[in-house]
Amino acid sequence: MIPLSWYLIVSACLFCIGLYGVMARRNAVAMLMAVELTLNAVNINLIAFWRYNNPGEPIGVAWAIFVLTVAAAEAAVGLALIISIYRQRDSVVAEELDILKY
Amino acid sequence: MEFQAPAINIAIILPVVIVAGFGLVLMILDMLMEDELRGLGPWISLGGLVLAGLQTIALWLGGSYETFIPVGGHPMVVVDGYAHFFNMLFIITGILAILMSMPYLIKADIDEKAEYYMLLMFSISGMMLMGMANDLLLIFIGLELLSIPLYVMCGIARPREASEESAMKYFLLGAFASGFLVFGLALLYGATGSTALPVVVENFTAGGVIAYTGLAMQLVGLAFKVGAVPFHMWTPDVYEGAPTAVTAFMSVGAKVGGFAAMIRILAEAVPQESAPIWTTAIAIIAAATLILGNVVAISQTNIKRMLAYSSIAHGGYILMAVAALPFSGDAVSASLTYMLTYMFTNLGAFAVIMMVEKSGNRGVLLEDYKGLSKRNLGMALILAYFMFSLIGMPLTGGFIGKFVVFQAAIDANLIWLTIIGVVTAAVSAYYYLRVVFYMFMFDGQGDLEFSPAMMTATTVALVATLAIGFFPGLWLNLARTASLASQLLMAGG
Repeated sequence: MIPLSWYLIVSACLFCIGLYGVMARRNAVAMLMAVELTLNAVNINLIAFWRYNNPGEPIGVAWAIFVLTVAAAEAAVGLALIISIYRQRDSVVAEELDILKY
Repeated sequence: MEFQAPAINIAIILPVVIVAGFGLVLMILDMLMEDELRGLGPWISLGGLVLAGLQTIALWLGGSYETFIPVGGHPMVVVDGYAHFFNMLFIITGILAILMSMPYLIKADIDEKAEYYMLLMFSISGMMLMGMANDLLLIFIGLELLSIPLYVMCGIARPREASEESAMKYFLLGAFASGFLVFGLALLYGATGSTALPVVVENFTAGGVIAYTGLAMQLVGLAFKVGAVPFHMWTPDVYEGAPTAVTAFMSVGAKVGGFAAMIRILAEAVPQESAPIWTTAIAIIAAATLILGNVVAISQTNIKRMLAYSSIAHGGYILMAVAALPFSGDAVSASLTYMLTYMFTNLGAFAVIMMVEKSGNRGVLLEDYKGLSKRNLGMALILAYFMFSLIGMPLTGGFIGKFVVFQAAIDANLIWLTIIGVVTAAVSAYYYLRVVFYMFMFDGQGDLEFSPAMMTATTVALVATLAIGFFPGLWLNLARTASLASQLLMAGG
């Protein structure tokens, strides 16, 4: 069987890609996608921990389902906000959101 | 596999159920009702909050301190004195926020009424879960339930661009922060083999590096939520752009909710022997937060932005108490007292600010406060009192809060941090008093817009701040009883 650490490494890599995406990308949609990547990394972690550590208790899987649900809710709210901004300014580039600064 | 329904004692979690239930009712009514009836939204949600408050008081007096919702035999929700205290705090925040929102939404031409109150109710139920959660999974759900409605509320003044922009910024950074939080919580779960905080603490040391990484990452997530330096960047933009009623609600609710979960995790899920490591980290974050928040606030010209930095700084004072958690038996009650005084003072200050504000996001600059004392002496005096309380002058609620927090930090031998706290509190006097100076020393025009709901909210906040300032014993006792009647591990027991 593949050792647990492999899964953790994959998930850590995925999380870091997401992290990089949020920081480096300038398009709000791409940033939202990067956030979703970090949540998927969490899911890999949760399922792997559940399978290897305590497959008897369903809490790990239940948690993964909650993360999926939350990710869907966040995507819904995020896309709604993005569309609403796009209608106003014809742009979803983060750097152009600059009304508010000191 | 045979499914067994867990024994759930609904009566004990009834406050959250009521708040969330009224949120759902509002959502359905919003679709069914005619436009004229949608104006009932705030009254329905006020009714729900009052009911939930009465139930919390009944539970608190009844002394029922626990509920068992078994997941692997461990309680997912703990309804102890600590949870009751936070529930009351969130319910009062909600009531005051609704009272302030009613006139404000009309003034700001925001017509999505019932929707707004529905989101507010859901957000409050999330905050209440944060205080009661005894399980990593539930902390995550509570945080999301708190945050997602807030993202929408920030943008509710659309198509005003500042509001949309603040919602977008809050959403991107908030979602990113919850990614951090849940990744950290998942690592804690993996390292300790359980999501129940009492089991997490037993297996924490065996979890080694993974457990510490998890702890650090979930702290980063929570630090984002409470606006601690260096994760505070979103705070000023979001507070400035959001409708002021939402800013007031968020500056208290989201921050206190974040701290409720942070204290619960640090006091219950982390063993004593690792205390030196995380308290050092928290103390450094607290010092940075205090210095940056108070110093940058000086140069602000927009009062909402100034109060954003001020709220960052107040987060720093609460963090001082958090850093003292393992070393001082009074640290929990000190942080509870601080949050209580901060809630009333900050909400009161925002209520006066909303009266001065004009439609279209005008009237929020410090300039607009010139000559307020000549236009309306009473309001100027009230705002001045709130400013004194935010500084922490004696005979105000803020003084009591600062006093107990400093005392807890000294108990914990964090002398250097206490010194930074005292010095930055003195620095903060400069920018708070500047508002008072503008009000009393200059001439200016502009009317205040009064409304009964706003006056009620201001009066409640003022009376409470005065009461805490003049009769501190009662409130300190309340906070101490609440913190003792909990399962939190503290110094010496």
